[in-house]
Amino acid sequence: MGIIETPNGFTLDDTGKRVVVDPVTRIEGHMRCEVNLDESNMITNAVSTGTMWRGLEVILKDRDPRDAWAFVQRICGVCTGTHALTSVRAVEDALNIDIPENANSIRNIMQLSLQVHDHLVHFYHLHALDWVNPVNALKADPRATSELQQKVSPSHPNSSPGYFRDVQTRIRKFIESGQLGPFKNGYWSNPAYLLPPEADLMAVTHYLEALDFQKEIMTVRTIFGGKDTHPNWLVGGVPCAIGMNTAGAPINMERLNYVKNITQRAIDFCKNVYMPDILAIGGFYKGWLYGGGLSSTNVLAYGDIPDRANDYSAGNLMMPQGAIINGKLDEVHPVDVRDPDEIQEFVPHSWYKYPDGAKGLHPWDGVTEANYELGPNLIGTKTNIQRIDEGGKYSWIKAPRWKGNAMEVGPLARYIIGYAQGHEYFTDQIDSALRTLDVPLPALFSTLGRTAARGMEAVWAAEQQMYFLDKLIANIKNGDSSTANSEKFDPSTWPTEVKGVGFTEAPRGALGHWIKIKDTKIENYQCVVPTTWNGSPRDAEGNIGAFEASLMNTKVEVAEEPVEILRTLHSFDPCLACSTHVMSPDGEELAEVKVR
Amino acid sequence: MPETFYDVMRRQGITRRSFLKYCSLAAGALGLSPAFAPKIAHAMETKPRIPVLWLHGLECTCCSESFIRSAHPLAKDVILSMISLDYDDTIMAAAGDQAEAIIEETIEKYDGNFILAVEGNAPLDEDGMYCIIAGKPFVEQLRHVAEHAKAIISWGSCASWGCVQAARPNPTRATPTHKVPGMPNKPIIKVPGCPPISEVMTAVITYMLTFEKMPELDNQGRPKMFYSQRIHDKCYRRGHFDAGQFVEKFDDEGARKGYCLYKVGCKGPTTYNACSTIRWNGGLSFPIQAGHPCIGCSEDGFWDKGSFYERLTDIKGFGIDADADEIGKTAAMVVGGAAAIHAGASIIKRIANKGDQA
Repeated sequence: MGIIETPNGFTLDDTGKRVVVDPVTRIEGHMRCEVNLDESNMITNAVSTGTMWRGLEVILKDRDPRDAWAFVQRICGVCTGTHALTSVRAVEDALNIDIPENANSIRNIMQLSLQVHDHLVHFYHLHALDWVNPVNALKADPRATSELQQKVSPSHPNSSPGYFRDVQTRIRKFIESGQLGPFKNGYWSNPAYLLPPEADLMAVTHYLEALDFQKEIMTVRTIFGGKDTHPNWLVGGVPCAIGMNTAGAPINMERLNYVKNITQRAIDFCKNVYMPDILAIGGFYKGWLYGGGLSSTNVLAYGDIPDRANDYSAGNLMMPQGAIINGKLDEVHPVDVRDPDEIQEFVPHSWYKYPDGAKGLHPWDGVTEANYELGPNLIGTKTNIQRIDEGGKYSWIKAPRWKGNAMEVGPLARYIIGYAQGHEYFTDQIDSALRTLDVPLPALFSTLGRTAARGMEAVWAAEQQMYFLDKLIANIKNGDSSTANSEKFDPSTWPTEVKGVGFTEAPRGALGHWIKIKDTKIENYQCVVPTTWNGSPRDAEGNIGAFEASLMNTKVEVAEEPVEILRTLHSFDPCLACSTHVMSPDGEELAEVKVR
Repeated sequence: MPETFYDVMRRQGITRRSFLKYCSLAAGALGLSPAFAPKIAHAMETKPRIPVLWLHGLECTCCSESFIRSAHPLAKDVILSMISLDYDDTIMAAAGDQAEAIIEETIEKYDGNFILAVEGNAPLDEDGMYCIIAGKPFVEQLRHVAEHAKAIISWGSCASWGCVQAARPNPTRATPTHKVPGMPNKPIIKVPGCPPISEVMTAVITYMLTFEKMPELDNQGRPKMFYSQRIHDKCYRRGHFDAGQFVEKFDDEGARKGYCLYKVGCKGPTTYNACSTIRWNGGLSFPIQAGHPCIGCSEDGFWDKGSFYERLTDIKGFGIDADADEIGKTAAMVVGGAAAIHAGASIIKRIANKGDQA
């Protein structure tokens, strides 16, 4: 390849040393990343490969549309529920079903609690070890750690020197056992770790606290959905009936009190632990502002969290909707998920084939045949890839584009769009964080900015969860206990042929499901998910995707220990099981897929 | 000094005296003379945590997510104090070569003495390249690690049965652990469910650590402790089933009174799992309690048994369908006729018992 310019403004040079990270760990699913480094260890070329494919949309063909939520929920058990919500919305859109206000409030509470849970678990359990060194925490003075904790967050009750000493003792015993478990073979002597021991001890302590607390947050979904992971949903509303004056109703006063208690605790944890930790850790790393990638130019959000039921227009969505291209923050474009010219998917570098190879297709008309084929410059074999050839096909992820542009989605995209639209809550949060860290606005367009936006959003989501709980209770008080609209639940009431679309903002970004229903069965079902956007390979024009763009021009301290690559990839919270799907062609059999 | 099993027990408030008593009982349970008690005590005071390699194939990671939700024991305590979770790509710090090196190190150091936990499953088509780890097919990694493991835990319905990616038409030929060609002959414990209940997952592990053996398994390889009764057998709404009181549609009066969900598709009568006894997330609730019919997610092939909202009609030797309607009619006609309802209910019970033995 040599040196080439991409249309979206990156200079790729694959002549330097090639570094491979496979598997990329601490993500959902399976992914590989390859980069080239120049003599100064700067990344000059980045290649991200989705390394799994399951074909769920093929499996959905001819199923009952009312069941689809359960299938697609199994796309991902980490953002559990968000695909299910997107699915019931798509089916309701197709069949023109309105849901009761209470169902909207309950769905929002479930979706918001997912945002809180997912962001928290992502930060502490998937991302923190990129910044925090548990081995270094052994050197900390528990008294100084206690002082740090009280300075960083005076409202958090667990802050005594004895508390930190106990945790340190436990970690010491663990590490000295020689059985390091999940910490084994980490890059613990890498110079890229910058925290003082006290900050490391504080963060490791919160790693454990958050591990305990996260299981409380999701009990909200156990109350409304019966279990978590993978709670239950319903086309037409929610399955949990409300009965304030009957024995045996799934939702009564005790259940609502339970949700209220957890919601308040979630707000407290996000405000007193999660966000202060991000700012504290961010303070030590604010000189490391790599990883912006597409965030400063192209971001996309569909919007979510309808305030009133059944209105999915931008004005009624509490999470912002819009697209920014070419870095023009003063111009937020409207987004129409139904417009065949806006969202399209391309496959020249993906392991699929289209009848017309270079053309992009809107999801309603998507066609895919799996086509595992490697480029001519591959080093290795079909079943032992040593160096992938990004000139050919190289990923199980397709390349979605918005009006031809590669886009970044996710919390940072939402916050940038919200900021550009003057969304007061988001703007205050961003300005306050920038002030605390004493950095200018462009600092937001970075790996750290992505991580910080996620924390801010967790605080926001926890508070909105309380808003919808209050709203639910007020509505019940006004005499409305209804939770499901069963009018069109019976398939015999449906038209012969309909299509619909559902969209949400998953924790990782914009998520859409497109469905066609024919003779009461699913004719075609297609998902374009956040990691398809972010993890996208190159398209026909050669535009690189968000992961790839974000890695460019980052300096790696030690080539054999590329913690910087992990940092930036993790800042997107990749979900590979989500991103790698096939779409079934209308009515056609899949030629390339072997069916047992 | 590593934190041993004894340390963990002490930290959880168990006294030295109780610990020694436990060791004597353990000796007895193992058929050993009391003289062995000090040896057991010594072993428990010094033995290292058992290494676990947790591999991930085609999956959605819901099993891992369920695992970290365990209320008792906490996931934190399992990971820090009970096992040595040396490989688990979802949470491990290491990546790439350093991650893969751990597998070889563990095999070298603990050959035949570690547990392999499998989440997800292996696709066999396209030479296995529908799931790639370190440039190679996942199925190779799975076979290789299994070869050296002491025992295998198949977490969840993916590893146990195939689950969603193996649903018709199974585009990648996704294959559960025990059906992968070339797998070595190792004991496999299936812990099905999508996902399995958090506390069931941690209980399976702690059972093995505590009793130093596999839990008793049924003829399908599932721990009897959790999978030998149907959800229906212990459902708190069973009384409404027997009385012919059903939810006819969602959010109707019956739904608000917590009536039986059988007529809106509940698969509780054919699903073997512990949801109605242990319940979910620290015993807080379970799908039926929250108003949704059981979808049967711990059963083999549950995705391909028709709509989740269609009433069960093909239960061999069970005959619920006709009886439920009969009872419904009886209950409606004889309002307050408790005797008639009870008569109907006991018929169901007899049939159910017969089904149990089948």
